[in-house]
Amino acid sequence: MVSSLIFCSIFAAIFVFAADEPEANKAAVRVEPTTSVGPRTLEKQTETAVVRDYLEAWRSMSAALEENRPQLLDADFVGAAKQKLTDTIHEQARLGMQTRYRDTAHDLRLTFYSPEGMSLQLLDTVEYEVEIVDHGKVIGTQPVRARYVAVLTPTEVRWKVRVFQAEPQ
Amino acid sequence: MKFGMMKPRIMKLRFNVLLGGLLLAAMPLAVAQTGMLNVPRTVEAGSAFSIPTSGSGKAVLYIVGPAQVLRREVKLGETVSFAAGDLHNAGHYLALLVGGSGTENGAFDVVASHPASLSFLAKPSRLPVDLQNGISGVVYVFDTFRNLVIAPSEVTFQLSGVAGAGQARTVTTRDGVAWTKLNSATKEGAAQFIARDGGISATRVIQQVPGDPCRLRMNARLSNQKLGDPKLANQKLTDHRPAQQRLTLETEPVRDCGGNAVPDGTIVTFKEIYKDGEATVDVPVKRGVARTEMPAYPGATISVATGVVMGNEIRWK
Repeated sequence: MVSSLIFCSIFAAIFVFAADEPEANKAAVRVEPTTSVGPRTLEKQTETAVVRDYLEAWRSMSAALEENRPQLLDADFVGAAKQKLTDTIHEQARLGMQTRYRDTAHDLRLTFYSPEGMSLQLLDTVEYEVEIVDHGKVIGTQPVRARYVAVLTPTEVRWKVRVFQAEPQ
Repeated sequence: MKFGMMKPRIMKLRFNVLLGGLLLAAMPLAVAQTGMLNVPRTVEAGSAFSIPTSGSGKAVLYIVGPAQVLRREVKLGETVSFAAGDLHNAGHYLALLVGGSGTENGAFDVVASHPASLSFLAKPSRLPVDLQNGISGVVYVFDTFRNLVIAPSEVTFQLSGVAGAGQARTVTTRDGVAWTKLNSATKEGAAQFIARDGGISATRVIQQVPGDPCRLRMNARLSNQKLGDPKLANQKLTDHRPAQQRLTLETEPVRDCGGNAVPDGTIVTFKEIYKDGEATVDVPVKRGVARTEMPAYPGATISVATGVVMGNEIRWK
């Protein structure tokens, strides 16, 4: 019985430790084939850049909401998406709250690339965990599976998220 | 025999380890899921809604999403009401009710309200007339809170304001976006490109300019102008022998295939080939025509061209 408890403790410790590993936090990403994206032809380099910048936007959003630092959004968000996230961060700071978003899986589908290449829309069925912290105390952690709609627009050096919104599945 | 006794014990131990580990690992989750909160499945952005609670004592209700966060201190057993406008950003939200005895949770979606504004991108702002699918329009539909309206709606694109019948096309939005491509008109001028969704609209102006010259024709007559005239400074002569007389060459109004006058500044090239050499003059169109003077060599052949269009040829006798 004692040996069982020891093994249980070790197993649980390994489990929790693994979850804290940075490598373990890397989300699994699947991108559906983009052959039907239009009306503009989507080049492979563009697809790669969009997916890379979108996933980077998730990381910066997570950091910004965890640390209540809206400036972390600057590199990846623009327009209404940036404004709404910034408002959330200000509200969190006012309430003494933080939220930790840990994305674990993305299933991406690029759905629209505008004729002039000025906007690109994607749908993301994403799995993530949200940890809610109130005045330094963890209130709870919830797993979430949601479908996000994002619209990205090109800037000088990267694609930035202009619309970022979950919709009912 | 001993081995036979050992196997069930090892199996039992492995099972205990696995079960215990899973239980320990799942403990934080179980604590967070002690009860289900009765939340609405969906809420329209900006509308009032309420969440009933049960029990007694004080608790804190958290509504959390990336787009908005709310925190309310509540009395258990009462219904928590949210006024219109309290939760106005579309998205997926978690609701956590944290009280003395535990935590209740739920999740719901806030969906966009009715279309209230259009983000309309029309390209290009200036293009030649009579270009097939030359104009593109993309519309994103938003509600009053700048949420993308995902529900399908019909957007009508209309191009009008130039002589001739306008073009109109109705497109159903998909995930909040609608797009179209239209032809530019045959006549030059500013066209109004309008996108309309129900009672809301957005307008862009598309400047349609003449296309490339389509037909080119010139006339020649003798002039009395002398050599050395500064107007002839652009003339590239391979034979510098002065001719006795000079020719005034002038095009008819230069137009595109739709009959629109090409813009002033369009370059027209006159070329004269005569017995001992040739001369070329590039002249910009001014007030719709191009005009220049060249030496009047007997037997010379004079041609005119602009862009890829060749005009008529004149043989001077």
